[in-house]
Amino acid sequence: MISFQNVNKVYGDHLVALENVNFTIKPNEFVSLVGRNGAGKSTIIKLLIGEEKPTKGRIIFGPYEVNKLKPHELSILRRQIGIVFQDFRLLPTKNAYENVAFALEVEGRPQSEIDQFVPQVLDMVGLSHRAYNFPHELSGGEKQRVAIARAMIHRPAVLVADEPTGNLDPINTAEIIKLILKINELGTTVILVTHNKDIVNAIHRRVISVDSGRIIRDEEKGKYILA
Amino acid sequence: MVTTLYRIIKYGMKSFFRNGWQSVPTLSVMTLAMFVFLSLMLFNVFTNDVLVSLRDKIDISVYFQQTVSEDDILRVQRSLESLAEVKSVTYVSRDQALAAFRQRHQDDPTITQALDVLGENPLSASLNIKANDPKDFPVIAAYLGGDSLKPMIDQVTYNQNQVVIDRLASIVDTSQRAGIALTVILSIIAILVTLNTIILTIYSTRDEIGVMRLVGAGNKFIRGPYIVQGVLFGVFAAVLAIVIMMPIMYAASPYVRILLPDIDLQGYFYGNMGMLFGYELIFGILLGSVSSVIAVSRYLKL
Ligand SMILES: Nc1ncnc2c1ncn2[C@@H]1O[C@H](COP(=O)(O)OP(=O)(O)OP(=O)(O)O)[C@@H](O)[C@H]1O
Ligand SMILES: [Mg+2]
Repeated sequence: MISFQNVNKVYGDHLVALENVNFTIKPNEFVSLVGRNGAGKSTIIKLLIGEEKPTKGRIIFGPYEVNKLKPHELSILRRQIGIVFQDFRLLPTKNAYENVAFALEVEGRPQSEIDQFVPQVLDMVGLSHRAYNFPHELSGGEKQRVAIARAMIHRPAVLVADEPTGNLDPINTAEIIKLILKINELGTTVILVTHNKDIVNAIHRRVISVDSGRIIRDEEKGKYILA
Repeated sequence: MVTTLYRIIKYGMKSFFRNGWQSVPTLSVMTLAMFVFLSLMLFNVFTNDVLVSLRDKIDISVYFQQTVSEDDILRVQRSLESLAEVKSVTYVSRDQALAAFRQRHQDDPTITQALDVLGENPLSASLNIKANDPKDFPVIAAYLGGDSLKPMIDQVTYNQNQVVIDRLASIVDTSQRAGIALTVILSIIAILVTLNTIILTIYSTRDEIGVMRLVGAGNKFIRGPYIVQGVLFGVFAAVLAIVIMMPIMYAASPYVRILLPDIDLQGYFYGNMGMLFGYELIFGILLGSVSSVIAVSRYLKL
């Protein structure tokens, strides 16, 4: 369903972020993406959602060739992906509830669904009591959980989570990982970028290791190993 | 579709009202632009009225020999009326002329007495000719000087204030032309300043636009609320400009009346309120929404 074919990404003139990246992810897979800071993990995700264009190579998502999509096609693609950004990227002028609802609104879903699902999902990430606060009024961990709620509310085919537990305490981390595993069980493909060794080792799923823009290891039931 | 439209309007209004004090600079600039536009509209119509009323004051009077019959004079009137340059011709008979003369000098016993002593009417019948354009008077004068008419005519007089009126007319004419140029230039400046202000306002939300794109929002859904917001700016600015103009009209009206007794500035302002407000609204809504569209599209390329 997702495949990177000979992908290179050079930022500016010479900063090589990715070099000859190849991998394929099947539907309903759970893939962890690990690697040091600056290895190129977030870049892979940016290419997948069309936020950046590859310098070379092809990126396939289901029926789409991402690197060739026009702007309005990109927004249709993105509605099928739930993304938890490393830096959250919440809408600062909307409160938590509205931020989560926004993912349904962009699809033109009816108000009745919003009224029903948004409270449910906020409850799942443990944020019901902060629903009407704006991002600048939320703690790092709370913001991150709003981002997670927004990424899963529209039941995307693929959930991409770039360090979704980076700001969470151990209890919340365990809860969120449990939630993501549950979503995966219900049929969603998951790409999880993380620096959390314990999580990766505990879940026994596929691990892709990136180092200096190259894939150095790609194992079923892999372990968290840095170069 | 309806749901989305409703949401676009809702979010546009929400962000307009949530912005609160942040809206003040944009609103001020737009109100200023609208005020300039309103002033120019008033100025143009005002000078136009002045010009029309001045032109109306210019005329030629043709006095006929006392021997010429009324029928002949009326025939001349009809032939003058058929000229393209002539706007209107009024016939003043000898009796009417006398009545008017007596009326004018009723407080002057020597003149009334002199008339009574004279017994007969010393005044001539005349035709009073108004031209469509003051520039056409030479043409009319030439026609009157033609061989067939000349023997009947005693005297042709331009209005006594001819020179003054001519000069005023040319001043008004020039100022009106300058007014149109001013309208164009100031409107362009107002549009550019507004556009720039709105671009700056939206610039501060460019990251937000980026995020909306990344979570799958279509361009229409992103652009929509900004357009609604621009329209609201336009409407509020239009209302504010009119409100600010009210005391100014009130204060300026007496001065204008001293200068030009025929012109009631305030009356004109309130009498045409509907039209002025309508144009202001159209201009404001266009200015606000078009500026928003231009501003947002710069950040929609992702
Ligand atoms: N927009 C950009 N312009 C220039 N260089 C960039 C840009 N984005 C990322 N880079 C560079 O590309 C390299 C890969 O960055 P990337 O964000 O993919 O790393 P990462 O694996 O996500 O790291 P981290 O674990 O710290 O999040 C880094 O050297 C980074 O400095
Ligand atoms: Mg990263």
